[in-house]
Formats: sequence, structure tokens, C-alpha cells
Amino acid sequence: MPKPKVAFYWCASCGGCEETVVDLAEDILGVVEKVDIVLWPVAMDFKYKDVAAMPDKSIVATLLNGAIRTSEQEELAVLLRRKSQYLIAYGACAQLGGIPALANQFSREQILKFNYEDCPALVNEKKTRPQIHFEEAGRAPHLPEFRNVVRTLDQVVDVDFYIPGCPPTPKLTKAAFDALLGGKLPPKGSVLAPDIALCDECERKATKPTNVAFTEFKRPHQALADPTKCFLAQGMVCMGPATRSGCGAACTSGNMPCTGCFGPTSRVRDQGAKILSSLCANVEAKDEEGIRKTLAGIPDPVGTFYRYGLAKSILRRKVDLAMTGNGH
Amino acid sequence: MSAKKEELRIGFYVCHCGHNIAAMVDCAVVARYVETLPGVALSRDYKYMCSDPGQELIQQDIREHRLNRVVVASCSPLLHEHTFRGAVEAGGLNPFYFHMVNIREHDSWVHTDRGEATEKAKALARAAIQRVAHHKALEIKKVEIHPDVLVVGGGIAGIHAAMTLANAGKKVYLVEREPSIGGHMAKFDKTFPTLDCAACILTPKMSEVGSHPNITLWTYSEVTKVDGFVGNYTVQVKRKARYVNEDLCTGCQDCISHCVFKEPKFADDFNEGLGKRKPIFIPFPQATPQAVLIDPEVCLNFKRNKNPDGSPVVGDKCKKTCVEACGEKHAIDFTQKDTLQEVKVGSIIVCTGFKTYDAGRSPAYGYGNYKNVYTALEVERLVNASGPTGGEVILREGKNADGSPKTPKSIGIIHCVGSRDKKTNLWCSRVCCMYSMKLAHLLREHTGAEMYNFYIDMRTPGKGYEEFYNKLLEEGTHFIRGRVGEVTDWAMTPEEEGRLVIRVEDTLAGVVRRIPVDMVVLATGLEPQADAGEVRRLFNMSCGGDGWFLERHPKLAPVSTFTDGVFLAGCCQGPKDIPDTVAQAGAAAAEALVLIDKGYIEQEPNTAHILEDECSGCKSCIPLCPYTAILFDEGRKKAYINEALCKGCGTCVGSCPSASIVQNLFDDQEIFSEIEGVLAYD
Amino acid sequence: MTKEWTPRIVAFFCNWCTYTAADLAGVSRLKYASNVRVIRLMCSGRVDPQFVLEALAKGADGVLIGGCHPGDCHYVEGNYKMLRRFELLKRLLADMGIEERRVRLEWISAAEGEKVKTVINEMTEQIKKLGPLGMPQKFETWDKEIEHLAVEVQARDAAQGPCPTRAAQLKPMEAVHA
Repeated sequence: MPKPKVAFYWCASCGGCEETVVDLAEDILGVVEKVDIVLWPVAMDFKYKDVAAMPDKSIVATLLNGAIRTSEQEELAVLLRRKSQYLIAYGACAQLGGIPALANQFSREQILKFNYEDCPALVNEKKTRPQIHFEEAGRAPHLPEFRNVVRTLDQVVDVDFYIPGCPPTPKLTKAAFDALLGGKLPPKGSVLAPDIALCDECERKATKPTNVAFTEFKRPHQALADPTKCFLAQGMVCMGPATRSGCGAACTSGNMPCTGCFGPTSRVRDQGAKILSSLCANVEAKDEEGIRKTLAGIPDPVGTFYRYGLAKSILRRKVDLAMTGNGH
Repeated sequence: MSAKKEELRIGFYVCHCGHNIAAMVDCAVVARYVETLPGVALSRDYKYMCSDPGQELIQQDIREHRLNRVVVASCSPLLHEHTFRGAVEAGGLNPFYFHMVNIREHDSWVHTDRGEATEKAKALARAAIQRVAHHKALEIKKVEIHPDVLVVGGGIAGIHAAMTLANAGKKVYLVEREPSIGGHMAKFDKTFPTLDCAACILTPKMSEVGSHPNITLWTYSEVTKVDGFVGNYTVQVKRKARYVNEDLCTGCQDCISHCVFKEPKFADDFNEGLGKRKPIFIPFPQATPQAVLIDPEVCLNFKRNKNPDGSPVVGDKCKKTCVEACGEKHAIDFTQKDTLQEVKVGSIIVCTGFKTYDAGRSPAYGYGNYKNVYTALEVERLVNASGPTGGEVILREGKNADGSPKTPKSIGIIHCVGSRDKKTNLWCSRVCCMYSMKLAHLLREHTGAEMYNFYIDMRTPGKGYEEFYNKLLEEGTHFIRGRVGEVTDWAMTPEEEGRLVIRVEDTLAGVVRRIPVDMVVLATGLEPQADAGEVRRLFNMSCGGDGWFLERHPKLAPVSTFTDGVFLAGCCQGPKDIPDTVAQAGAAAAEALVLIDKGYIEQEPNTAHILEDECSGCKSCIPLCPYTAILFDEGRKKAYINEALCKGCGTCVGSCPSASIVQNLFDDQEIFSEIEGVLAYD
Repeated sequence: MTKEWTPRIVAFFCNWCTYTAADLAGVSRLKYASNVRVIRLMCSGRVDPQFVLEALAKGADGVLIGGCHPGDCHYVEGNYKMLRRFELLKRLLADMGIEERRVRLEWISAAEGEKVKTVINEMTEQIKKLGPLGMPQKFETWDKEIEHLAVEVQARDAAQGPCPTRAAQLKPMEAVHA
């Protein structure tokens, strides 16, 4: 019997998700034994046309990581969707937009201008920007188009499952493979992680008092965190209460507050709004001045509350940004 | 959640409310529009949905058309939600499979464009249709009512309410801030329009209260804290130290006559400062309870400094002749301290009354400047037989040639002082026209003086009131229509010399007049008590913009408040006369009786609960609950809500960072679909 | 859209003060702009910032939140909780490019029917000046840029056989977890 075919692909992301696949360590051998990897550009040599030539649905599952920003990523997403029985958004970027989606606070022009003209570390006297079509010395390289909007995978194609995390943990990845190969998949659309917030598995939970009342917010670099005490009890923004568990409380175990990479629970539409609601309601001050003073400790609410989730948030993107044509 | 969903069959009804809605909203168009929405099985418009046939229509449709949800677009849910839920239940459905759309108060009554109003009605109806799909069957909670009642304030309102309840066999705690009950009425000489002696009708009631086995009377006491909710209030009362044991004092007053102060020396509040009292005193002869008290501010046995707990330091300078006089009774106790007592009650009647307008705020009338300008309340004491002058009307200033105190020969009464005036208070104080005429009558009776009443409008609606006005006219009292400009002692003619001159535009004669009088009476209006704001918060009531406590509905729930189990009576709700006050007190007592005799109250099941499996135990919600209804289960490391304590505000729900708290009737899903519904484009 | 644009304002009113004040405005037959759609909640403390964002995303040009005056909350302090959220929500919305005047928090007591009228009229006027927010249309415009490729790929793929259809652009979160 032929082994089930599996594919990995990498879109707008840092590559950390690929690292997790490698981090399966010995377990990867068990996976490799049972499946046939038909596409994994980061590790093996495949061509686009190899995939295009495959019959539709011939891949059992594709784990696609990264947000969708360019036309190339869109194209591969569409192609892999067609070739796969299950398309799995792998990691925070594919699921929620991830760090790349923070770019949804800026227009394409702002981004290109900064990166090719204004960036202090740049030498580009002619202010040359990348071109989609370019001819020089008889070669005609072709670059993908750079979209105005960063998208989650499911804002481009239909997605069957989500494995959250920045990056996803090997444990969750293995569990997903086990479910997939054992035919024990949950309903379509599920996030393959517990539907309960992080505090559930955080070691520090017991140290949070039942009467927290914030008088100030500190950012991690502004104070030495007590390694045992709940970050919120120390006045540090921790996204844990608004973030799905399943990571084994990796960050809080490493003495860093949760930044929310696992995304919200299924019952929440907007992770940032929810943590905002919870933190603010528990501010101690009652007068506008005092409230403002306390909340000044959160200087960048979008960056703090939507670090991974801006593309998937209710507003998705800064609303007053221009949309410019597809030519660079 | 894979249980097979039953097919939605929503019944929609849009009410014309006669012309109230139909004149501004095209009801037929709304009904036709809703008919096209998914899940709607039936859509009708009808003249009066709240009428019996309207309600029967709903019931019949539920049965015949197998409706499983009902939406009615009509008036405010605060008015008729209960009615329609009843109809839905009578039709065999759970009453919470119902939602109401407000297209009258929020639409037809406030808009002027029929097209726009109809569009708005459609949007609101659509929201309700989308919302009701998510409704769940709920059970009404019953809360037991503690049968005891707290009455706050011992004026005529509190006295009447307490007596009514006590006579019905209910236990009442009557708390009064002053050392005696009686309130303002006890200060009055006669009452209008019958000229009954106020003391004659009030005193028997006061002593009945004092001796009633069902009434616990706590005077010189204040409510300091109220916890709980309808049926189960816990009230903390501060009982201020009288330095006299109330239970041991017989009211013989021997102590007063034996006080080291031979003569009364200190301003007497009950007599509006016109009389004097000693450091040990009884507020007035008919005071209830009949117990004296000591004013530590002036009693020689107290030092002027305070203990750390705020109580005055007891000294030993005085000979304590009062203690000697009290003898065996041992009622006097200089070491007495303020105490806090807690009581449990099921309902509360607030009758905290009013204060009179501070005449000093209208400097043009010279109160405080000219000694012979009086407030009406001062005159009440002045004409009172048990008042500081024994009922003799003698002026504060001026003597007759023989050196005897002077009696006024002409008196001017200025109406509407601190009423009906943008600079002071906008409202009509309702009682001033009547009491001004009463005082005119009494002053004339006592002094034979020429009486002038200066009024803006005469307001005499009430049984026998207009007749009283006629009587005064016949008596020869002068009524001059015009707001008085000023009271001055600046004489322009020899006749005015040494007298007070009232300058007024006589708007009937069309001339400015100067009327010299010997005495001016200011008919000061009624105002909310100075601490009405704190009292309101204490009992979780609302105030109108003018500061009077707000009734739940001006017509249909005039003695209820927005807090279940808290009722209002008397002038704390707004100026009114004694008959209205007593009627209101009876009504408030009846409302409390309804609660007690029913034994329970049905509570809106809009409480919140925590999804046990989903709660991460982050504790964010716990400090947010003002009723400490959210607790942390240390065993399971999760929060849980004591639904008996939850009052359904939903603050924890809106704040739960993982959306693991659900509020019945205001679930996230229900609100999201309402948001979507009001915004859906056609 | 041939109809002339008028602002759509979603209002969240607390049951005890502002909703009752709006009822009072009705009983007093005050007249005000018809642009507001009121959603009744028991307390302004129930207003989840998600509701505000959702309303804007679903087409509201403005959101009005009405609660009891500070110190007057029927539930003691629910309005303070909303005030605190509102302070940060305002900043968050500004960072997301939404004009401050589109979202407003007002304390309106049960007796202030007149204030309901004033606030609604004022807000309607202000938003008229700002013009439409038009989030649903914005989402549509944003997503047009990927339609072009999808069409192209589809055309190319048509030769090679059937392809699963692309799901709706915006899949609501609730569908994610059945």
C-alpha cells in the first residue's frame, strides 16, 4: 500500500515553523516512515511543475505555514488547496497573520519606501525598487507581486485545520499527525489545541490574587520579573488569559509573559479586544486622568494585543490605508 | 453541539398602538419585510398587540402555526415585555423564546420622517429576528422575601408607612436621623385647608409608633450601609450616642430642670433657632421616644477634644446635677458611644423628606440682613402654642413705646422663594401657595395685622383648596400678583420709616408698588435633602436632574424605584402636601406588603454562569463583581458564579478574556446577531 | 447604491439609565435624528469592545455607548469598567485609523431624555461631516486584489480539471470550532 503523501510549504514567515518539523527529532523518523513527503522546499528539491502535475487531492495533507502577502504565495495556496485532501494552516502566521501581519498597519507604499529608500542601514542611491518584470543582460527575472494586505491562509483558500503557535510545538504537530494518520480528526475548522486559555497550564496561576487591581503596567524590559509570580500580578501585560493553551506555557516557564501566539479560544472573535476588556476593567483608577496614567504603560495597544492576530482581527488592517495598483 | 436543530418558526407581530406607531411607521411594510427574512413563519400587523385579542392572537398562532419563537415590535420592553412573555407562555412556549422591539419610544415618537422611521423599524425588527433565533429556554428564578421592612425617615410618610405595615402584622424597623420622629409636620401649627391642629393629628400617630409591638423605632440613627438585593437586604444602622439610655429614661425631664445651666442658652433646632434649650434636652414636648439627650458640644461634662474614635472626651468638671436628678433610674450615661447595628429586611421604604430652601440664597429679600424677615417655617413655630413665644407673634426687632415686644400691624408674605426661578429651582414646590394662605390666616388671627400675599400664580388644586383661597379673599387678605423685586429698609416716605418696604410690580394693576410692612414672611420652597446624593447611592436609586429621587414610572410605578424592593414615599420623591404624602406612604406600604405576602419575587433570569470546562481560572472576572458572586474554586482551580447573588449586569461576561462566561438573555451570540441585524443592508 | 448616504450609528444603552432616558425622550415626544439603532444591555459594563469593533466592521459609521453617570450605576461600578476600556479602546481605534469622534461614551441618566436627543443629533452631525466609514466596502476593495489572481489560476487550472472552490473570504471565527 502506498504511503500517504504529505507536503510542507512556507509563505510569509520566519521559518520557525519549519524548525518545529525538524524539532520532532526522533519522532520525525516515525512520521517519515509512515508518510511520503512530496513537497518540502526548505529541505528537499521540488519544482512547482512537479506539484502541478499531481492529481487533485493526491496529497493527504499539506501543512502550510506563513501569512499570504505575495501573488506567489496566493498561487501556491490555491494550488496546494486543490492538490490536498486536508489543508492545514500551520503556525500563527498562516492561522492569524502572525508577526508579518503587523504590516497591516502600513500601506504598501510606506513599506516599500522605508525598505528601499529611508531605512538607515540601506545603500540604494538610485532608490531602486524591486520590479515584477526586469530585463538585464538578456535575463528576464520575474518577481511576485507584493499585495497591499497581509492575509491569513483562510482569507485566501478554504482551510481544514489549524495548528497554532509561533512556532507550533513538536508535541502538537505530532498529535496532529497521529490524528491524521489514525483517522481521528475533529470537525472541520478546528484548531488542534485545547480550547481553554493558557492560565490553565501555567505554573504561575496559583500566585495570581483574586483581587488584582492594576495601578501600572510595565513592559518586560522595564522590570526584573519575579520568576514564580503571575505576570499580571506583577503589572506586566500577559496575554495568557486571552490565549489558547497547548504550548505547555513555554514563555511563562522561561520567565517571559505570554504574547498571544496561539490565538484566541473558539468563543472569541477578536483576541485583542478581549484582553483589552479584561485588563482595563481591572484597572484600579476611577477617574479619567488616573485611568489614562495607568494605561500609558501600554504604549502600543495594537502591537501588544494583536502581535500575531492583526490579520484575523475584526478590523484586519488599519482602515484608512490606501490601496495602490499592482505595479511596483 | 450536534443535537439536531429544530426548524425555526418565528412569529412576528408589529403593533400599530392605535396611531401612536402607525402614524409614523408603515406597519404593513414592516410586516411584509419581516415575512421575507429567514426563519419567519408568520408576520402580522395588528392594532393593539397588548390588548386581550392581541395576546390571544399570539397564543393561537403559536398553537396553529407551531411557532417556536415570537417577536413583537411595539413599545418599550420596560413597559410590556412582561405582558408578551406571559402571552407566549400561555401559548405553550417558554416565555424567553420572545424578544421585543421598541418602535414607539425609540422610533415613531421621536422621528418626523415616515420613510426613515419605517426603515429604522425594519432594521430593529431584523435584529430581533436574528437575535431570537439564539434564544434559549430559561427558568424564572424565585427569590424568597424576608418579611421585615425597613422604613427610612420618621416624618409623616415614614410614620404612616410603618404603621400600615405594623398594623398588618409585619415587623418594621423605623430609622430616623433626628432624636424624635415627626419630621416637618411636627413643626407645623395648623394644616391647610382644614386648619386641623398638626400636633393633634400627628401626636397620636407618633406615640402609636413608639409603642407598637411590631415597630422597632431607632431615632438619632442613620443607615450607613445597605447590602443585598430584593428580599434579602442587610442594613447597617449607626445609632448615635444620646448619652442617655433610652430604655431607662422615662421622659420625666427632671434632669433638664436640674441642669447646671439654670436658663436655656443654646439655639434650639426644632424651633428653627427661635428658642433656646439646655445641653440636656428633649426636642419638643411630644417627642417620640420620650427620652432626653445630651448635646456633648455644649455639656460641661464633656471636654472639647475628641477621642481617637471621634467620640468626645468625658470630663469631670460638671457637678452632674442631672445625674443626681435622674437618681435610681440611672438613665444618663456619659460613656455611651455610637454603635453599629445590623438588620435583615426584605424591602425598604425610603421617606427621607426634604429641606427648605435657604432664604439667604435670595439676598434681595433681606433674610439674615433684616431681622424681621422670617422664613415660613420660623413663622410656623412662632404661631405655635408650644413654640418659643407660646404662640404670640412678636417681632425679632423693635419694641413698643412701653418697651414691650412689638406685634406686627402689617405683614407681607412672598410666595415662590426658591421656586419657579431659573436662578434657584425650576420646580413649583406645590405647597407654598397653600401654606402661605394658611399662615396669612393664622397671622391675621393672632395679630389682626393687614395681610399681603405676593404671588406669581395662585396654585390651589386639591380638595377644598380653591375654597380656602376664596375664604382668604373674603377675609380681606390682599393678593398682589407679581414677583417681588426686593425687600428694603430704605424709606422714601415717613410712612415707610422704620419699616420694611416690599417693592413689587403689581402685574394686574400694571404699576410698581412699594408696600411698607412690619414683617416679611418668605414662602421658601422645598428642596432635596443636602445628602440626597449619598442616600440615593446607599439605596441604589436614581435621581432626576433636579435631585429628587426618581420613581420607576411617573404614572404606573410612582412609589417604586429602579431597584426592586426599594420604595419611595413623601417629599424625597418630589414636593407634595400631607394628604399626598400619606397616600403615597400607604401605597409604598402596600407595595412592600405585596412582596411579603407573595413570599417570593420572580427574578429576570439574566444571570451569568461560567463554562466549567472552558474557564482557565485566570481570576480576571473575580474582582469585577460588585456582589462578590464570583468565587474561585481552589479544588478545580476555576471560577464559578453563585447565581443567587448574580444580578445580571454582564460586566464579567464582557470582560472574560477567553469568553468563557455566558449571560442568559444577553449572550455574545445574541448581541452579535443583533449588531448584524441592525446593520444589514437591504 | 443609489440611496443617499446617511450615517448608521449603533448604540449600546444600559437598561437602567440611558435606555430609560431614550424611553423618556419618546414619551416626551422629543425629536431627533433617526440614524441610531439602540441595542439594550443591562449595564454599560456588559459592552464588550468586540461589540464596538464588530459594529464598525459590519457597517456602522459610529458607535455610541450610554451608561449611568459615575457613581450612579445600577450595578455599582459597571460604568467605570466601561470607562476604563473606553480609554484604551479609543487609542487602539486611533491607531487603526478610525477617527475618535466615531466612537463615543456618554453618561445619560434616566431623567435626561433631552440629553439623548442632543447627543444623538450631535453625533449624527459629526459623523455626517466625517463621511462613511464603510468597513464592509473596504473589506470588499481589499479583497479585490486577490480575485484577479484567483481568476487567472482558475482559468489555467480549468484545463487541468476541477479544483475545490475557494471559501468565503471572511470566515467567521465561530465556524472555526463547530
